[in-house]
Amino acid sequence: MTMNDQGKAYWSATLKLLGSILAVWFICSFGAGILFVDALNTIKLGGYPLGFWFAHQGSIYIFIALIFFYAKKMGDIDRKFDVHED
Amino acid sequence: MDLQTTTYLVVGASFALYIGIAIWARAGSTSEFYVAGGGVHPVMNGMATAADWMSAASFISMAGLIANMGYGGGLFLMGWTGGYVLLAMLLAPYLRKFGKFTVPQFIGDRFYSKSASTVAVLCLLTASLTYIIGQMTGVGVAFSRFLNVSSDTGIYIGQAIVFLYAVFGGMKGITYTQVAQYIVLICAYIVPAVFISLQLTGNPIPQLGLGSTMSGSDVALLTRLDQVVTELGFGKYTTTTAGSTLNMFVYTMSLMIGTAGLPHVIMRFFTVPKVSDARSSAGWALVFIALLYTTAPAVAAMAKYNLHATVNTAVAKGGDLYAAENSIKADERPDWMKRWEKTGLLKFTDKNGDGRIQYYNDASKNPDAKAKAEAAGWKGSELAVNADIIVLANPEIALLPNWVIALVAAGGLAAALSTAAGLLMAISSAVSHDLIKGVFAPDISEKNELLAGKIAMAVAIVVSGYLGLNPPGFAAGTVALAFGIAASSLFPAIMMGIFSKKMNKEGAIAGMLAGLFITLFYVFAHKGIFFVKGTEFLPMIGGANSFFGITPEAFGAVGACVNFIVAFLVDKVTKEPPEHIQHMVENVRIPRGAKAVDGAH
Repeated sequence: MTMNDQGKAYWSATLKLLGSILAVWFICSFGAGILFVDALNTIKLGGYPLGFWFAHQGSIYIFIALIFFYAKKMGDIDRKFDVHED
Repeated sequence: MDLQTTTYLVVGASFALYIGIAIWARAGSTSEFYVAGGGVHPVMNGMATAADWMSAASFISMAGLIANMGYGGGLFLMGWTGGYVLLAMLLAPYLRKFGKFTVPQFIGDRFYSKSASTVAVLCLLTASLTYIIGQMTGVGVAFSRFLNVSSDTGIYIGQAIVFLYAVFGGMKGITYTQVAQYIVLICAYIVPAVFISLQLTGNPIPQLGLGSTMSGSDVALLTRLDQVVTELGFGKYTTTTAGSTLNMFVYTMSLMIGTAGLPHVIMRFFTVPKVSDARSSAGWALVFIALLYTTAPAVAAMAKYNLHATVNTAVAKGGDLYAAENSIKADERPDWMKRWEKTGLLKFTDKNGDGRIQYYNDASKNPDAKAKAEAAGWKGSELAVNADIIVLANPEIALLPNWVIALVAAGGLAAALSTAAGLLMAISSAVSHDLIKGVFAPDISEKNELLAGKIAMAVAIVVSGYLGLNPPGFAAGTVALAFGIAASSLFPAIMMGIFSKKMNKEGAIAGMLAGLFITLFYVFAHKGIFFVKGTEFLPMIGGANSFFGITPEAFGAVGACVNFIVAFLVDKVTKEPPEHIQHMVENVRIPRGAKAVDGAH
């Protein structure tokens, strides 16, 4: 299969999805968990300082959600451009 | 039943289970040996990947390090889970579509060059061997404590067992064995955590317990822990960072992209039936991994609290931590301390001769803590606790029943052995399939290829066992180095192979070599050439952590940047890849037409 217009559109849709997921990935781990941790620590989540929570708990939950969100969205894109399996 | 007998029973039963499964699922053909016939369900595959992934470093050593490091320990938590997002989105589905079963095969075909695949084999072997050294050390520590043998003997027993089921089982055997190992290790991790969380906070879920208030008080657990440790001169638990913000940032990045570049993890995603399964499989793997990783910070903080509460009664009941009668009397210390003293990993010395145990930070910069310690007549901290015993000793510290302690022993061994087995598979296939069949003897028969793979495993076990006797650090440190090596060499090459149609073989080879070389150079400067003690060359690079205060474990991210930059520069001045390779890349990006994986080129 060659990369016709349809293929190009498929790939740019894929890259757009990757870009937005990576942005969330970066903001919740490197952003909330490391760079802005001191500011967030002034907010409490139960007994957790919020920045500490992101570094030790929150980012992991968000990672899981991101992967399943990605798998679902990618499935939709596959079907939209008719490149899915089976 | 006494503790030792219970331990023998539980560990023995778990081993009988693994070996039984390995024999039952013996592999027949080469492709079954490496990828389990491509027919493993995503959830099963996720569990096996999780067992493969969670090694002695995650199970035995990580929570102990977090207990010591506090907030900074979060770099392990984020680093070793965040990589799965990269893996799921950037690599797994495309490598699955590509339809070959090793990383060097992908690199060799994508960069149309046997040299590229040979360089990839070199990177893979360096990373995997470094990783296994850490595992072997972990195996030795776990065996020695629970079977009452020396750490060296522990390594020998571990070598024999890993050899048995890796060599006879192959990937199919390992996949099912690892599902069993996952179940054992996750129970072993969570059961004691639930007990302890219930004891301290009344909440049975450790993840919530860590954010709750202490039983019978309205002070949050973390707040109380912060108070206790700062008063005793340690850094504040919830804010102490790892070196500097920059070091924490690159360390986390290094572990993340190392996760996505480690061959034994990537190989897992060749074993699912479809491209769409490769995507969700990474998600399932992370679900099973997260069960342990979100429990670990609770284990860390609660074990730290319990340890302080054991030696200083004012921690639990309130009052003056520095009052003489609140430090426990040495001859009334609990049995678990005496047990661990025998291993040499926990030491008590009565420095001020008052017959009581004082545990605090005697190197503190906090003037308040220093003054109080002096006024109380404390002459230095009298308890030295090795971070690596925290998880194994955790149920003992909390005075949990013997069967829980035995279960933790079985879990620690499962973690170390399963990862070692997965890494050996990666090494075996790299040598037999990519090096011997791919480069030196393309006509080799299937039978001889299998044999070569098994010999490669045996050699790797002996070499890593030998280096494991004199490791470059404890499990987690050694393992972090392996991540740095994978991050700086393999990850950029695979990623460019998929996301850049124009990347050519010259660029990829130069990039991999540059990334690998600069990372090894920085690591060897700190840890000795090939980790041989006494061959460090720190003065040559201007002292320890001389590159912006970045530690060798965190250097992989810098190596990866070098890899990308070198690759793009070389790519610009050499000719672009042939037409059919560019078509191949376009084809790999699209799920339709994915075939079952086979051994053929």
